[in-house]
Amino acid sequence: MAEKRVALITGAGRGIGAAIALTLAKENTDIAVVDYADESAAAETLAALREAGAAARYYRCDVSDFAAAKEVVDAIAKDFGKIDILVNNAGITADKLILRMEEEDWDKVLAVNLKGCFNMIKHVTPYMMRKRCGRIVSVSSVVGLMGNAGQANYAASKAGIVGLTKTVAKEFGPRNITANAVAPGFIKTAMTEALSEEQKKAMYKLIPLGCLGETQDIANAVKFLVSDDARYITGVVLKVDGGMYI
Amino acid sequence: METLEKLKEILSECKGEDLDITPETTFDELEFDSLDKVDIVMQIEEAYDISLGDNMQLSTVGELIAKIDEAVANK
Repeated sequence: MAEKRVALITGAGRGIGAAIALTLAKENTDIAVVDYADESAAAETLAALREAGAAARYYRCDVSDFAAAKEVVDAIAKDFGKIDILVNNAGITADKLILRMEEEDWDKVLAVNLKGCFNMIKHVTPYMMRKRCGRIVSVSSVVGLMGNAGQANYAASKAGIVGLTKTVAKEFGPRNITANAVAPGFIKTAMTEALSEEQKKAMYKLIPLGCLGETQDIANAVKFLVSDDARYITGVVLKVDGGMYI
Repeated sequence: METLEKLKEILSECKGEDLDITPETTFDELEFDSLDKVDIVMQIEEAYDISLGDNMQLSTVGELIAKIDEAVANK
């Protein structure tokens, strides 16, 4: 059996991050769950990961805090002995039209969504470099590719992830570290569940495949990008959006 | 001599193999690329709690040792 891999996944306590964590756990991977929420909020995810056979540990961290990110990365490398995979999934929103958007709304979304990715990449790559191997996947969004009224901060942060990913791919390619992004479209979450039927129908009209995506669809894309099958793929943005942005 | 031993440890870890170095060894001989050089400088800075700057032009291990010793003395 192949050696177990270790994945550090931010925002893995719930939602898309938890789906990614569970999917990788089923692929012979131990999981470091990094999340800002209290550990109790991730209890269900941790139990599921262990049930799937993974060694799973929880690390509370604000990824936008440079020093805290280093502390947590060093702790994970020490606890697990290595870090093979980094999945930058942590993200927040603070949606408003630009006319109503406060400086703080802009700063906090950019800090978590974009600087958070930089912080984790900055601190994880030295470990990957020494191993001459690594897989980095960051969760962007189709909104980062096409823009969206009311999400200037979020769209800019997700577009920033694309530029960051392509740069990381170029800088670390010689060390056999790949860097890719996935760009989800509309994904079924508690937020989309709360929409009215009329609102949902309007959304479906934008999507050629005619339905919302599942968190598992995103997890499957990440599973592929961190697999050996994707060894020659780096610097790409894989849209998982039912054709919403073509 | 102490710096040479520590440097040997850092360079070997970066290269992923045990390196036999002397002050006369050149970085060209060791075939380090630009990424390696940045990694090496960062490791040295962390190990000695010093700053070496981004634009060091060094050809031999001995020159790097001299830079490290100078930075340590000026701490």
